[in-house]
Amino acid sequence: MISEARVEATIETIPVPRHIALVRVTHWIIVLSVVGLLVSGIGILVGHPRLYWGETGSLATASLIDLPIPLIIGPSVWYRPYHFFFAWILVLTGLTYMAGSFITHHFRKDLLPAKADLSWNRMLGVALDHLAWKRPDAREAQARQGAASTDAASTYNVVQRLTYLAVVFGLFPAFLWTGLGMSFGMTSVFPILATALGGHQSARTLHFVCVVLLLLFVMVHILMIYLAGFWRTVRAMITGYVPQGGRAR
Amino acid sequence: MSKILGRRSFITAGLATAAGASGLGAAVYLADRYGLVPPDHAGIVGVGETLTYASQRLITSGHSLAREFKRRDISKIPTVNGWHPTDEKYLALLADGFKNWRLSVEGLVARPVSFSLEELQGLPAESHILLHACEQGWSYIAEWTGVRLATVLDLAGTRPEARYVVFEPFPNPNQSRTLVRALWETHDMADALHPQTLLAYGMNGEALPADFGAPLRLRLGRQMGWKNTKYLSRIVVTDRRDHYRKGGGTWYGGI
Repeated sequence: MISEARVEATIETIPVPRHIALVRVTHWIIVLSVVGLLVSGIGILVGHPRLYWGETGSLATASLIDLPIPLIIGPSVWYRPYHFFFAWILVLTGLTYMAGSFITHHFRKDLLPAKADLSWNRMLGVALDHLAWKRPDAREAQARQGAASTDAASTYNVVQRLTYLAVVFGLFPAFLWTGLGMSFGMTSVFPILATALGGHQSARTLHFVCVVLLLLFVMVHILMIYLAGFWRTVRAMITGYVPQGGRAR
Repeated sequence: MSKILGRRSFITAGLATAAGASGLGAAVYLADRYGLVPPDHAGIVGVGETLTYASQRLITSGHSLAREFKRRDISKIPTVNGWHPTDEKYLALLADGFKNWRLSVEGLVARPVSFSLEELQGLPAESHILLHACEQGWSYIAEWTGVRLATVLDLAGTRPEARYVVFEPFPNPNQSRTLVRALWETHDMADALHPQTLLAYGMNGEALPADFGAPLRLRLGRQMGWKNTKYLSRIVVTDRRDHYRKGGGTWYGGI
């Protein structure tokens, strides 16, 4: 007969597998390309930091949003090739992630929420826990909800799952669509890329809205990493394992 | 269990990378063979330039048409981007309505030829209402009238080895010092022979205004603003891929 304490001690010494190689490798490539896209994107944006709705817009017309950044002519020319370089890295890495995730059942296993978790009460509970600055600690969560719960440290909670799914299947495709909606070559074959969004300038404005949403996500994402234990979480995304037994920080 | 899963996914990722790398090698070979490699293919950013150009050339093959707009969509105030040249030579031409201006078409053509503005206006004319978007971010819609570049190239007799067309404007001393002085451009044959590619001498029903490129400018449906060379003076047909304006930007303007 093994005592409960013995089991707990054994569990604590085994590192818990956290992220598969596909997720880890693509995650960091995507981080680098997003940083590259953000920097080059700002370089392009300062060429005309005004946003419009419809097909047309210029200094002679009313703007939707006037961004409080200086208008600098020049950088947009130099930054554009870099923007497309990083965009291609992001697209190819994203496609690899998508294909690999279907093959390894990453979406089904790690991101698709359990049916039982898809209730407002459940999601509100998770959200309130976060708002109450309760660190989503592994053992705490296990003690509270039992090992079978999806809220254990080795998996994502329902709010995380829905957020990641929205970013993967909503935000990143929206970036691509709004970007291609500005392309004369692409809209000559698929006019709907621009027309469905309201026009060329609308696509540009929505591309910017995507940036705002992505920055919001990144801020919350980094805050949560900090709350969950920065090095512990980052190490898991690098090595694939969550260190157990003793404090990682 | 967990170790096996980790290894399996590692192998999957490795196989995907290997497939991607060999696919890339084959793609580069085929791209070069079928003219899918742009002039600015070199260097790190050249990778992105090549992927964009090659994929767009594959998708837009068969002369896909840029969006055309209605008269009511025409912008009330089109944006002037850089004032017209103010050197004596240009001002003299402008003063007498470009009577002494000629456009020369040379290079890889059977019959090098030159046209006066009147001669160009005598060729079959057409109008297109197109979106003009600057890479800076602004855009306007205008109606452009002119002769198809394909018609003019046909008259000169483009030779089969032609791969690019060079468009040279008057040197413009007004051009910002941070940019190159003469914003000349090159286009591949797919865009040069495209049905929406005009040598435009009219804008919104009137003669092309000086600040918009009088007497003649290039106007393409599927390219961004900077590729639509203003103040044309010479067109050269070439097979040289390395002859293009190296200003640090993007060569292909269909983005």
